[in-house]
Amino acid sequence: MSDQTTNSIAFVAEGTIPPSPPPANETGVVKWLRENLFSGVGNSILTIASVLLIYVVLKNTLPWIFNGVWNADSLSQCREILGGKTGACFAVLAERWNQLIYGFKYPVEAYWRPNLAFLLMLVAAAPVLFFDLPRKMLLFTAVYPFVAFWLIWGGTVLVPLVALFGCVAAAVVFQKYGKNSFAAGFFGGIVVALIVWKVGGALISESASENAWLTAVPSRDLGGFMLNLMLGVTCVSLSLPLGIALALGRQSDMPLIKWVCVIFIEFIRGVPLITLLFVASVMLAYFFPPDSTVDLFLRVVIMITMFSAAYIAEVIRGGLAALPRGQYEAADSLGLDYAQAMRLIILPQALKISIPGIVNVAVGLFKDTTLVSVISMFDLVGMIRGPILASTEWNGVYWELLGFAALLFFVVCYGISQYSQWLERRLATDHR
Amino acid sequence: MGNRSGYLSVSDKNLSRIGAGNQEEVKMKKSVILGAATIAGLAAGAAAAGTVDDVKARGKLNCGVTTGLVGFAAPDANGEWQGFDVAVCRAVAAAVLGDANAVEFVPTTGKTRFTALASGEVDMLARNTTWTFSRDVDLKFDFVGVNYYDGQGFMVPKALGVSSAKELDGATVCIQTGTTTELNLADFFRSNNISYEPVPIETNAEAQQQYLAGACDVYTTDASGLAATRATFENPGDHVLLPEIISKEPLGPLVRHGDNEWGDVVRWTLNALITAEELGITSANIDEMASGTENPEINRLLGSEGTLGEMLGLDAQWALRAIKAGGNYGEVFAKNIGEETPIGLARGLNAQWTDGGLLYSPPFR
Repeated sequence: MSDQTTNSIAFVAEGTIPPSPPPANETGVVKWLRENLFSGVGNSILTIASVLLIYVVLKNTLPWIFNGVWNADSLSQCREILGGKTGACFAVLAERWNQLIYGFKYPVEAYWRPNLAFLLMLVAAAPVLFFDLPRKMLLFTAVYPFVAFWLIWGGTVLVPLVALFGCVAAAVVFQKYGKNSFAAGFFGGIVVALIVWKVGGALISESASENAWLTAVPSRDLGGFMLNLMLGVTCVSLSLPLGIALALGRQSDMPLIKWVCVIFIEFIRGVPLITLLFVASVMLAYFFPPDSTVDLFLRVVIMITMFSAAYIAEVIRGGLAALPRGQYEAADSLGLDYAQAMRLIILPQALKISIPGIVNVAVGLFKDTTLVSVISMFDLVGMIRGPILASTEWNGVYWELLGFAALLFFVVCYGISQYSQWLERRLATDHR
Repeated sequence: MGNRSGYLSVSDKNLSRIGAGNQEEVKMKKSVILGAATIAGLAAGAAAAGTVDDVKARGKLNCGVTTGLVGFAAPDANGEWQGFDVAVCRAVAAAVLGDANAVEFVPTTGKTRFTALASGEVDMLARNTTWTFSRDVDLKFDFVGVNYYDGQGFMVPKALGVSSAKELDGATVCIQTGTTTELNLADFFRSNNISYEPVPIETNAEAQQQYLAGACDVYTTDASGLAATRATFENPGDHVLLPEIISKEPLGPLVRHGDNEWGDVVRWTLNALITAEELGITSANIDEMASGTENPEINRLLGSEGTLGEMLGLDAQWALRAIKAGGNYGEVFAKNIGEETPIGLARGLNAQWTDGGLLYSPPFR
């Protein structure tokens, strides 16, 4: 008995056991690896396979990039410098940098003009994109298109001024008469703008552009990534309001407006963009007399804008359809008229729902601007496929050039996508 | 439609017969016809009247070129157009306007080139375009001559051990779809009773990659294109061009049908370059020769004798300026696509007739 008793009290804890570190595979990096990469046989195999794949890709591309030659006059010289080693010939980007960005005909001494226009665009776009900024900045946004036109195309300052006056006059008329009757204000504004442009256009002499402070640059001389950006920015900003109008028109009770919008949308969506571009560049030349053709850039802008407006209209119609019927009825019960109800209640919600779709169209549209290379406009891809690859020095350089184009487009499109996600978070009012 | 176009061409002739004194009337009639033609979709015929005067009034020649073809037309790092076809444009501009740089180069693709010319957007095309019956007759263009005799050839890797296209039985062939080369290839293999497997590709760039990656044993396109493509390979020596040329591709500048004065200017500018080589006139010795030589044909060509320029509606020095613009035909060839350049084309068919080639300009008399 006593033995048992002594044995039973053989151990008495005199203090707490010091905490020991957790097992090695339950902490730190090891734990993270175990949980995320090697949590089972299948996942472990996948992890190893992926690592191998990444290794193979990097093993082949990294030497290619790091051995890259930046200073050479031609592909054959690049190959001489490399002496049989793998390596990229980035010299083509260095030598043709200006051509890739501005096209090959834009005057070199005028490169500061598109650069400045680009910087100003950031300033002009800021208040539209970030609505915490002071609203007064929108004034500059309104003037920006005319400034940018003057900077990029040059010529006499009177042309953008007359255009600006026409728009201001139309806005004044709309402000004055639009309150009583929307139609009177709208059509009155258009008529006044047309009169101002016609009279102003007649006053500008034909030779006004010849000795202008900024030398005139014809549209044909625009090119490179600048052309993609110009087309993208112009067409997105024009097609958004047009798309909203089309979406509302399609829901209208007035049969004429409704059917015009339906036919427009369905027709444009049923035709490939490339067909529209061919019509713009080839067919229209037959309908105009040889001397009085509409500017090619303008024709392309019209076609791309129509195309993306039709898509945006359908995206926004989706947003409108997603709104509960009660929202429309609530607007009616507050005694708001159609314009007020749309502006204050319906569209803010519908547009918020449509943001991912609209951004999708905008990103697609921006990439679609490279299609203009098939109608012999030298955008970034057109420059690469045409003049640069056709030069005796650089024929045969594909990866470097097209990779560069992909990088530029990726930067812009990823930026748009990040902005839209920020916008969605910023506008989130539900408490999910 | 047939009647209408007949009516139009008659009007054009009438127009050109009306003297310079009746300018107003000409203009009026022109605009009436122009309106009618626009409606009929035939602006081309009417716009063709008096291209020489249009170009002179404009002070610039609108010349349609490719959007880029190695050696034939491409802008260099400074944005200046260079190339074999470009040289023709510059020579015409020099002859008509006295300035080889007074050219507005209008880049056209294979799809837009003919509409650009027909609609009057360009005055002439110098865009490695094959002279064919239907383009000349049906599309209503005038080919004014041939500046490069091309033909479809084959390129194979040396390792394949093939020395003739007739040994290509069962080969896979990279071929651009929708071109005459595709049809020529089918004809060639059928007539030799051998089989092949086509690998359709869209552009020359794609073809180069596919061929180098071994997706096809043979690449076929115009011989000049093959040579230019091979020149860009890392090891050009590993590939051979087979001796067979299976089609005729006479490439030349063209103008709209119905304006013969303008067609003559372009035709004889090209002939002047060819004749200059034949007579040994180069950009180095042309100034010396222009002051008069023992050879009456040189004197007629360079304007120190006779009235050839006047007959053409230009001044006496037109050919002198055209040749000075880029040198004679041989110099233009050597500078842009000749054996000294990376493209390295031999003269071959494009040698003077006196050297066994096909270049044969009618005499300047």
